Amino acid sequence: MNASYETVIGLEVHAQLRTHSKLFCGCSTQFGAPPNAHTCPTCLGLPGSLPVPNAAAIELAMRAALAVGCEVRERSVFERKNYFYPDLAKGYQISQYALPLNVAGKLEVETEAGGRRVIGITRIHLEEDAAKNLHSSAAAQTLVDFNRAGVALIEIVSEPDLRSSAEAEQYLRNLREILMAVGVNDGNLEEGSFRCDANVSIRAPGATELGTRTELKNINSFRFVRKAIDYEAARHHAVIAGGGKIVQETRLWDDAQGKTVPMRSKEEAMDYRYFPDPDLPPIVVSAAQIEAAAGVLPELPATKRARYVAELGLTAADAGVLTSHPALSGFFEATVEELSSRLGGRIEPARAGKRAANFIQAEVLRDFSADGLEASLPLSAAALSELLALLEAGSISGKMAKGVLAEMIASGKPAAKIVEEQGLSQVSDSALIEEVVRKVVDGSPDNVAAYRAGKQNVVGWFVGQVMKETRGQANPRMVNELLRKLLEGE
Amino acid sequence: MSEATKSALSSVSWTELSIAEQAARVSRGELSAVELCRHYLTRIERLDVALRSFLHVDAEGALAQAAAVDAARAAGEALGPLAGVPLSLKDNLCTRGLATSCASRILEGYIPPYDAHVVERLREAGAVILGKSNLDEFAMGSSTENSAFGASKNPWDPKRVPGGSSGGSAAATAARLAAASLGSDTGGSVRQPAAYCGVTAIKPSYGRVSRYGLVAFASSLDQVGPIARDVADAATLLGVIAGHDRRDATSVEREVPDYAAECGRDPKGLRVGVVREAIEGCEASVRAAIETAMEALSGLGCELVEVELPNASHSIAAYYIIAPAEASSNLARFDGMRYGLRVAADDLAATYRKTRSQGFGAEVRRRIMLGTYALSAGYFDAYYLKAQRVRTRIRQDFDAAFERCDLLLTPTAPTVAFESGAHADPLSMYKQDIFTLPASLAGVAALSMPCGLGEAGLPVGLQLSAPAFEEAPMIRMAHALERQLGVLPLTPPGYGGEA
Repeated sequence: MNASYETVIGLEVHAQLRTHSKLFCGCSTQFGAPPNAHTCPTCLGLPGSLPVPNAAAIELAMRAALAVGCEVRERSVFERKNYFYPDLAKGYQISQYALPLNVAGKLEVETEAGGRRVIGITRIHLEEDAAKNLHSSAAAQTLVDFNRAGVALIEIVSEPDLRSSAEAEQYLRNLREILMAVGVNDGNLEEGSFRCDANVSIRAPGATELGTRTELKNINSFRFVRKAIDYEAARHHAVIAGGGKIVQETRLWDDAQGKTVPMRSKEEAMDYRYFPDPDLPPIVVSAAQIEAAAGVLPELPATKRARYVAELGLTAADAGVLTSHPALSGFFEATVEELSSRLGGRIEPARAGKRAANFIQAEVLRDFSADGLEASLPLSAAALSELLALLEAGSISGKMAKGVLAEMIASGKPAAKIVEEQGLSQVSDSALIEEVVRKVVDGSPDNVAAYRAGKQNVVGWFVGQVMKETRGQANPRMVNELLRKLLEGE
Repeated sequence: MSEATKSALSSVSWTELSIAEQAARVSRGELSAVELCRHYLTRIERLDVALRSFLHVDAEGALAQAAAVDAARAAGEALGPLAGVPLSLKDNLCTRGLATSCASRILEGYIPPYDAHVVERLREAGAVILGKSNLDEFAMGSSTENSAFGASKNPWDPKRVPGGSSGGSAAATAARLAAASLGSDTGGSVRQPAAYCGVTAIKPSYGRVSRYGLVAFASSLDQVGPIARDVADAATLLGVIAGHDRRDATSVEREVPDYAAECGRDPKGLRVGVVREAIEGCEASVRAAIETAMEALSGLGCELVEVELPNASHSIAAYYIIAPAEASSNLARFDGMRYGLRVAADDLAATYRKTRSQGFGAEVRRRIMLGTYALSAGYFDAYYLKAQRVRTRIRQDFDAAFERCDLLLTPTAPTVAFESGAHADPLSMYKQDIFTLPASLAGVAALSMPCGLGEAGLPVGLQLSAPAFEEAPMIRMAHALERQLGVLPLTPPGYGGEA
């Protein structure tokens, strides 16, 4: 078997839109409610009920599309995808087929070699989610929870442009980051609001035709995506090396067994009998609406990273960490801005950026936690900027700042108050420091002589004495400078 | 009839009052809503054994609603335009707390948790809901013989069908078992039974009336419409149910004219397009009645112009692709999982199969299969898409015709009411819809009104159609024609108002 066979991957991502109500009725989309609490005649598919499109969902779907460079079509159509399953109340899912809302976008991924590749996005369409079947083997029955039924999703279909499981993971991480940044999706894999299916095939080097593909389901974590794609590509290799043929089918990733298992073959594939939903007029969006949606699009993560490097003096790695979650980048930017304004603009943007980035990464990040788009930080950007301003002005030392931060988090008190209460303020008054230094130097002629005889390390003893006299508040940089000056006998 | 004579009438003639007059008398305290309701309930009890026009009679609920109307009046509250008017509703309109079966085994015993939009409107107007009318199962049929709970009979002749699919609504209205009724029309389902039973029905323009709570047959065609003893009653009811509803994305936001006020206005100057080919294809007595009506129109100062609908002949073919295609999807929800009939079997697929095989009648199964086939991969373009193209052509035919006239005139059906079992062959039954289907496919407004008696002394229906949302001139014309013909309202022998 030729190891240079190429793996070809296309991804289909289902992302839940962050709307308060479902796609076609007013029911809440809140996760975790008691079963069937968020239901009505429409999402239960009761006889006579009708769907009414949620304008907010259409707006979010447009926003997602614009964030990945898709063309938003001025006229698109909801269609019915017909099949029977107990989680599908109406016997059909309302989706989009022939005329989706958005087409032809792209997303960049970083390759393993360190380069960049553009991955095509075929389409992004709107559709409703199905209910959730809960199988109880003990009672030998299946119960259905319709809370999720009718929740608004977008399906993002990529071109078969991905060439490795690592690229696939990159694509998913970048896509998730973008959707979160523009407020379309909360990126919550555990609650299933960001789900993925993968189409995998392999082909001989130089081949232009795609090989027969298999579709992988149940890969709802980045880890599963990589493991499943790697397993499946290897399976394809083995089958072809053994003279066999790949059968087009849908397979499930079984993580316990560490392998994919057949779910249904192409012959069993359903004919969904798509046709335009007669209950729903075509979605018509004006050029002005598209422009408006583009206008409110926030800065995307990639642009943000580049700006942090170019304007705020960050390394690419630091920029990557600080843009990994919208709440974190928001916190960082607010801190920099407040710091600069506290100092009346007497600080270079790059210095403010670097100071905030270093301090946040070293001292704040460990207390940052995120659950989807919901994130918690231990203190506000305003509070942190006050502390950083004290540090910048030399009023406290870096070591003191850590202690003050801990106290701020514990008590919620502002930095200046803690510094004042604990009498921590660093002494940077050169006259005052010089007085103490002179006293210590004058009081220990032996050590002065030792220094002048070449015993440089007695400086440490002098510093210790000065700090003792000032209860640790003297600015160490100034103490060092003055000591050397006096000891050198100037 | 003078006012003095009217108020002296005994209960015998309550059923001959217009619904506006019934409501007015109830509002003035001259007529007790409870007594009026009892009068109709008594008639149902006595006469409906033979007609089977009702599937469920809600005597208790109706009397309670009537009592509430009387109480509101006694308390000096303002009453609605249908105060105390006893109505029946086709049993595919959802009624909160009252069984809604669509005349199907699969929904036997199903009780909706909500009222259809039109039912809400009726209740707000003070109407009293007597019960639910029989229909062809899921509104699929032209004779009401497809009801899973027994066929309705025509009050003019019990050997004949009342038409369909709103046959129960039309029969009950003709027989004065309800002051009027609401039906639904997908391809002629209020117009054709109205013609067969000698009453008047309006199929509103698509989007004029909300479909919310109407159990869907073919969503792009379905409209709820009134069936009443005469044009004025139908106009009064239409005024109550028409208008935008945000729960139906296909309902149109457009002002509702005062339809009842059109009754009595002079139709002079309206140009009426006559589709000559349609009239010539009819049974002789139907043709004669239509020609008499045409003369009456001339007498009213209306200009008659000949128009053509060149693609109307393809209506049956197009309709019997589009309607079953939509139905095959609309009826997928009846799967035995959440409500209605469930025939449990060993596995999920078998449960679906058995539930749906036993729950649906032959005609419904036939249409589900037709529609499923038409939407299948490999057939979609040749059937569904082609039928849609034909539909567009038919719409264009109407547009062209309405450039030359304000209204179109055709018979409602090629014959008078036929005998039960006469059209055992489905295709022969489908052909009965030839005159009503084009207006449905085009989404325009249409009505059927009696224009005389034909063969065997049975009513003949005349159909007027108007451009979308032009119900007002259509009602004006129909009302004037009704007066000019002087035959209305018709009463089937033996169904006068006597209790």
